[in-house]
Amino acid sequence: MRTVLIFIWTITAVALILFPFFASVYITSLFIAILMYIALAESWSIFSGYTRYISIGSAAFFGMGAYTMAILSSKLPLPIVIVIATVVNFVLAVPMGFITLRLRGPYFAILTFGLAEFMRYIVLWWEMKITGTRGRIIMPVEQEAVYYSILVISAIVFLTAYIIKVSRFGLALQSIGQDEERAETLGVSTTFFKVAAFALSAALMGAVGASITPRWTYVDPYIAFNPLISFQPIIMALIGGVGNIYGPIVGAVFLGLLSEVLLIRVPYYFMIMLGTILIIIVLFIPGGLTSLIGKRSQSSPSPILPATPV
Amino acid sequence: MEFGLFFDISMSGLIMGGIYALIAIGLNLQYGLMRILNIGHGELLMLGAYITFSLYSWMGLDPIISLLFSGPILFLLGLSIHKLLFRRLIQASISVEILEMNSLLICFGLLFIIQNVALIIWSADIRGYSYLAYPINFLGGVFPANRFVAFSVAILFSVGFYLFLRFSLAGKVVRAVMQDKIGSQVIGVRVLKVHSICFGLGVAMAGITGSLLSMVFEITPFMGLPYTVEGLIVIILGGLGNILGSLIGGLIIGLVESTGSYLTSPDLKMVISYSVFIAILLIRPKGILGR
Repeated sequence: MRTVLIFIWTITAVALILFPFFASVYITSLFIAILMYIALAESWSIFSGYTRYISIGSAAFFGMGAYTMAILSSKLPLPIVIVIATVVNFVLAVPMGFITLRLRGPYFAILTFGLAEFMRYIVLWWEMKITGTRGRIIMPVEQEAVYYSILVISAIVFLTAYIIKVSRFGLALQSIGQDEERAETLGVSTTFFKVAAFALSAALMGAVGASITPRWTYVDPYIAFNPLISFQPIIMALIGGVGNIYGPIVGAVFLGLLSEVLLIRVPYYFMIMLGTILIIIVLFIPGGLTSLIGKRSQSSPSPILPATPV
Repeated sequence: MEFGLFFDISMSGLIMGGIYALIAIGLNLQYGLMRILNIGHGELLMLGAYITFSLYSWMGLDPIISLLFSGPILFLLGLSIHKLLFRRLIQASISVEILEMNSLLICFGLLFIIQNVALIIWSADIRGYSYLAYPINFLGGVFPANRFVAFSVAILFSVGFYLFLRFSLAGKVVRAVMQDKIGSQVIGVRVLKVHSICFGLGVAMAGITGSLLSMVFEITPFMGLPYTVEGLIVIILGGLGNILGSLIGGLIIGLVESTGSYLTSPDLKMVISYSVFIAILLIRPKGILGR
């Protein structure tokens, strides 16, 4: 079983690395979008999936990453800017985590949403008053460069999610999600683990934001801090299933392909469908799509938000 | 600051505050009773605005009279949403925390659905009409008549609903369910009925607020979310589940916004609201009147 898995992963990795040499420009750009969704949904569930602290503020970190790239892209090489964006977001998220993670449930969720909007308005105000611009032009980069940077980041995100899942760190996060008081009583330093996971997830989102931005060639606060970027990872992770590292991938591929087919042609109907899918998942399939395929729910932690008594 | 100017600024703040209060009361009623934090409240408000706009542009119906349509239509919509989605969710949820999070996610779904249905029906164009757009004098200040009407109706509904909760028997029943669901069930309250009617009432209040706002501002399918956020700020200031808190909190937020953006810059209006919001959540998450 283990060798089969390693074999499958090697094949996948080689295929993804060689991919841009064979595929058309359109297919490569589709893959860039799907890899971005995978990385975002997986980074979201690293923190929110285990701890059940639902963050609706992914756009804050994604946007900070995007803006780091917008400011530095003409001055420094691409990989260095991505590393800087990751570090900036990590440093920013540690104090933010300390402050916000004292709240729970809907308070925390709304606070993260408020923070993302707050940062958008601050950046907008800063750009208009201090820099005197509304948006920024970014140095265009070859599509292959964007593809490989997002591929590397997705791989790092996936490996991080895997390591967290099998380590004591992941166990601590799960215990917080199931019963925070009990975890604290049993000696888990809940604040440390919550803040660490929050900052890790934020840093990875910042890296995604920074690496996808050169593809846009133009960025303004409404693009970088778009609330849709906060909602999409949640919906993708829930569709695929949380508490399972493959869930966000399944959700991201499913929704990524769906949005590729529908978003440009019938955007309104696509969004209506997105809302309907979200409601159906929450009401009827709380474990996500992966819970329907593999019935290994005993070994994996309980689904994030069961709507039905377990 | 000279007194006349200060008076003008506070009055325009209070006018918006009255509207925020009505938004917040609708939201808070749903949260206090059912733990449903309806992030799609602003979208229901937007529907109310479009109902008034459509009735006005099709048959020239007076926007005040259109409240008789937007209120009941949204009430029925609220009853159906409760019956279809939340009744099952509330009964099936094993803990309050899970219910709160699941209902929040469902409301996000509703937000997407309603907003995009509105985009299909009315397109993304900015709509609006002119109604009572002449200035009136009030206590030495000059205000557009439409704002004054919108404020008066909003306050009428807010205070009326508060008095209803405080003094009528039906209001007592609602408060009983808010305080202790199982206890009130034991003494014979039909909790499910109270839930569905109050959810409908909350939605109807959103619709009425929307109709009122359409008299003053332009309307688009995207107008809702900022009002939801204002409403959330107000209920967190006044305390989740505290109706009187929402009424007072709405007026306070209106004042803070108008004086704050006067003293700094109108571009910073949303920054000020969010700063207040984040500060309250961090310092007094139970609200100013919270225990």
